Amino acid sequence: MSTTFWIIIAGAIATYLTRIGGHLVISRFDTIHPRVEAGLNAVPAAVLTTLVAPELLNAGPAEWAALVVTAVVSLRGGLMAMFLAGAAVLILARQFVG
Amino acid sequence: MATDVVSESGDSSDFWQGVRLSMPVVVASAPFAVLFGALAVDNGFSVLEAFLMSALVYGGASQMVGIQLFGQHVAPWLIVLSIFAVNFRHVLYSAGIGRRIAHWPVIQQALGYFILTDPQFAVAEARAQSGQTVGFAWYLGLGLPVYLFWIVESALGALFGKLIPDTHALGIDFLLPIYFLGLVLGFRKRPLWLPVVIASAAASIIAYKTVGSPWHVSIGAVAGVLLAVILPPHHSGVKARP
Repeated sequence: MSTTFWIIIAGAIATYLTRIGGHLVISRFDTIHPRVEAGLNAVPAAVLTTLVAPELLNAGPAEWAALVVTAVVSLRGGLMAMFLAGAAVLILARQFVG
Repeated sequence: MATDVVSESGDSSDFWQGVRLSMPVVVASAPFAVLFGALAVDNGFSVLEAFLMSALVYGGASQMVGIQLFGQHVAPWLIVLSIFAVNFRHVLYSAGIGRRIAHWPVIQQALGYFILTDPQFAVAEARAQSGQTVGFAWYLGLGLPVYLFWIVESALGALFGKLIPDTHALGIDFLLPIYFLGLVLGFRKRPLWLPVVIASAAASIIAYKTVGSPWHVSIGAVAGVLLAVILPPHHSGVKARP
């Protein structure tokens, strides 16, 4: 087997450990402390924000326009509507401002 | 949490409801699957290896980092460690979603954790928040199309990678941030949402500038989660369990 193959296998195992590890740790406790539960409830906003925020550093007018439209549409529409609206604005704006 | 007993037909409609919700994810991730395949071959992977990595690791950003380091002939253990670092945020997802799927049989849970990606977690967590049970059929409907498209498109990208037109004009480099912003906003009714978002955004930007990628994700996430832990429980809307 090639080195590449073993890198892929080891990478896959490492990844699976991250996906099951948090559960294995938490499930050892019978009761979840309210503060831990508050922390877990904060996970989606906390992690997903970090995937967006640094992108703002390099965002130009086209990217900002797309994000603003996405935010406005998300107040009313569903996930698909806001995604398509944001993508459409991005592609359109990039034709003009690069 | 109530574990509803659902009939066969209920499972089937749950599955298709999940499939419908998977469509934006399939669209948003498609360019990255193709791009990954193309870059993988460009960095010395075979088509089969690109396919295998997508099928077994199944984590877009970590795969991109992995092949980039591979192309630079970095030591194998360092490549694996980098993949681990990029994917470390899943530990938090895992801890969070475990509460929602604890009623599944163990085999189903094992499979469920395998396909626990960013959107998979966010959409499942949103469903749990709305008071609905996160069932296996629904969860699989949400995750399976994304997985299948991801591995097939990776292979296609590896086969035909050189044919991709101007990716910038098509905006594909910015589709995921748009999608993730939509997911973040979807949680805006949660207690402490704004303080958590501000803390995570500030910490991740500072970490991005100083420590660098991919650590900014884990550092930013921990900052937001810690804020929710530190603030008194009456702010976070969580009551002590009976």
